[in-house]
Amino acid sequence: MTTLTRQTLSHLDWLEAEAIHIMREVAGQCERPVLLFSGGKDSICMLRIAEKAFRPGKFPFPLMHIDTGHNYKEVVEFRDKRAAELGERLIVRSVEDSMKRGTVVLKHEGESRNKHQSVTLLEAIEEFGFDACIGGARRDEEKARAKERIMSFRDEFGQWDPKNQRPELWNLYNARVHKGENIRAFPISNWTEMDVWQYIEREGLELPSIYFAHQRNIVMRGGAIFPVNVPLATGEIINQPKADEEIVNMQVRFRTVGDITCTAPVPSDADNVAKIVLETATTTITERGATRLDDQTSEASMEQRKKEGYF
Amino acid sequence: MNAPIHLQDNGLLRFMTCGSVDDGKSTLIGRLLFDTKTILEDTLTQIERTSKKRGMEAVDLSLLTDGLQAEREQGITIDVAYRYFSTGTRKYIIADAPGHEQYTRNMVTAASTANLAIILIDARKGVLTQTRRHSFLAHLVGIPHILVAVNKMDLVDYDQATFDRIRADYLAFAEQIGLQRQGHDIRFIPMSALNGDMIVDRGEDMDWYTGPTLLEILEAAPAAHTEKAENFRFPVQYVCRPQDSANPELHDFRGFMGRVESGEIAVGDEVTVLPSGRSSKVKAIQLGSDKLDRAIHEQSVTILLQDEIDISRGDMIVKSSEAKEPVKQIDAMLCWLSETPLSPARTYIIRHTSRESKAKIGAIEYRVDVNTLEQQPVQGLGMNDIAKISFRLAQPLCVDRYADNRATGAFIVIDESTNNTVAAGMID
Ligand SMILES: Nc1nc2c(ncn2[C@@H]2O[C@H](COP(=O)(O)OP(=O)(O)O)[C@@H](O)[C@H]2O)c(=O)[nH]1
Repeated sequence: MTTLTRQTLSHLDWLEAEAIHIMREVAGQCERPVLLFSGGKDSICMLRIAEKAFRPGKFPFPLMHIDTGHNYKEVVEFRDKRAAELGERLIVRSVEDSMKRGTVVLKHEGESRNKHQSVTLLEAIEEFGFDACIGGARRDEEKARAKERIMSFRDEFGQWDPKNQRPELWNLYNARVHKGENIRAFPISNWTEMDVWQYIEREGLELPSIYFAHQRNIVMRGGAIFPVNVPLATGEIINQPKADEEIVNMQVRFRTVGDITCTAPVPSDADNVAKIVLETATTTITERGATRLDDQTSEASMEQRKKEGYF
Repeated sequence: MNAPIHLQDNGLLRFMTCGSVDDGKSTLIGRLLFDTKTILEDTLTQIERTSKKRGMEAVDLSLLTDGLQAEREQGITIDVAYRYFSTGTRKYIIADAPGHEQYTRNMVTAASTANLAIILIDARKGVLTQTRRHSFLAHLVGIPHILVAVNKMDLVDYDQATFDRIRADYLAFAEQIGLQRQGHDIRFIPMSALNGDMIVDRGEDMDWYTGPTLLEILEAAPAAHTEKAENFRFPVQYVCRPQDSANPELHDFRGFMGRVESGEIAVGDEVTVLPSGRSSKVKAIQLGSDKLDRAIHEQSVTILLQDEIDISRGDMIVKSSEAKEPVKQIDAMLCWLSETPLSPARTYIIRHTSRESKAKIGAIEYRVDVNTLEQQPVQGLGMNDIAKISFRLAQPLCVDRYADNRATGAFIVIDESTNNTVAAGMID
């Protein structure tokens, strides 16, 4: 007996298949791609997708992390461990080296290094001659990303011009560039935070421990939870509280794990992925709103930084 | 409706919204996101603030879909934006294309990945030229399901006769362009995006309408773009040859990686590789470390064949019984996307599935006036023009008619000097 309704993929299978297709297009069209891997949840999903796209072969690209020097040591350790397990090459380039070279100049010592990652990224692109960077950005993260292409074109200066993006039709991607130009490819553009967590759950992916509920010393600063006295891998302690701030021990987890100086955790007792999926379904605050201290200043701040070459 | 999770997964539906400026497109999308609880509190606070700043009393839901700084300054939407929401059973991707006259290209872009189009009509205005244009484009790009949403019913006292008249008008026009004859499924719904009537909730003023709400229609729409059986088409994107001599299993491994663009394939099936025409049998199908018996439409997999035949990126694996001769000439409906006009003497690059070929323009048969649907003779093409055109190709391509296959019937045209994507084509 034939049925009329055709079998279709579940939403996670569909998203995964699309992401695999995009990664293979980058590998097929570009000479020297690189996959940006921070040790965060989105890039952890991307590694699983790369495995499904290219195993039993090696990845046709190295992994790269632009390290601000202000990353949680749990995340940095995880990053190194994961790359080693996969047997893939990991390149680390650090904002601190750009500071030493004088290409990054902080306005003041405490300024967040997050936005300066773009300089270090561009330097690394030039150093290795990368013509495509595969990133884990999602369109649901922020308004300015809703129109981002899956293959986003950047000029020689790494700049993104919203008026000069290639139309993207069907699943026909155009990753052609001239020398010096660059494509940023986003295989999980169409995923939401919820999809990411559901995928992590389904695939049983391992994550850095700070994604799960844990006790942490924090202060309330500008209405947000601000982690204090955070030890770095080097032993240095950053995020000192101010004299008048009261330190509280709170049970929290991170929804994103960016730069320590500008990533806030959320109160939570979700200590496993299933509980996080549930929390994500019922949360009332967006991922960025809750966790990125640097995005709140201006509605259009992300757009501004993208124009300057930010990922 | 707080997204229940782990319910039965009903896949993913991509749809687009089209309407003229002020028909209520942004309000409708905002309403869908709001009523499915996709909008979180902090975003709501932000738009409340903006609404107040602009002197509005109620929260303006259309601000939710407001995009980039540049267009906020211009006050219009100038590109395709993608939005997401989920009902717990189904995930949705909305392609939001602006309705402005000169944005045919944006609509075509949004339509290319949509399986359903919501065409908005202002109940006070009825079927307009723009409605015809949108319907024609949705039809051209092969969107199988069309939902005509008669909005602002609150401004016509929720009058059933108004709705019935618009529906009759639309059907007459649809008949004229052959929408239904060609298998498009057309539905009608009366609604008020502003008040949220018939979007997620039914509201209290349209008891005369007994059909499903907009969300119910979306939940029930088939996720596959066609119910027809399609030929198996597998463009090879990448060839995996680990050449690991230490591992005997991998020593001779040759995996052909790609996405099943249409149809399905099973282990043991006889296949032919195009354009070479060589044949073999499917030895194995893999997804990561999983071994599959078969692969279906839209699945990305790795295929292994029984015989060692030379295959590289750009080749296409098909079932031997469904093989077609590759062609070096194509006729197509073309939508010109670039601000730089077509230059008929030049050579362009055509990208079709995972293959590229140089291409020269044969003839421009006619241009379609998207408002009157008249065919006119032309010499050249500019941005937003739609035309019937023929190309001569340097490399053979394995094409199907777009009407038969939305993946192998589609191509883009690239200008080699700028590397820009300048046109989109649908093969006739
Ligand atoms: N009365 C009424 N007004 C509506 C309705 N839908 C939208 N509007 C209003 O129509 C105007 C244009 O709506 P908007 O969503 O911005 O239209 P767009 O240009 O198609 O995105 C706004 O002032 C809306 O509040 C409706 O169902 N009823």
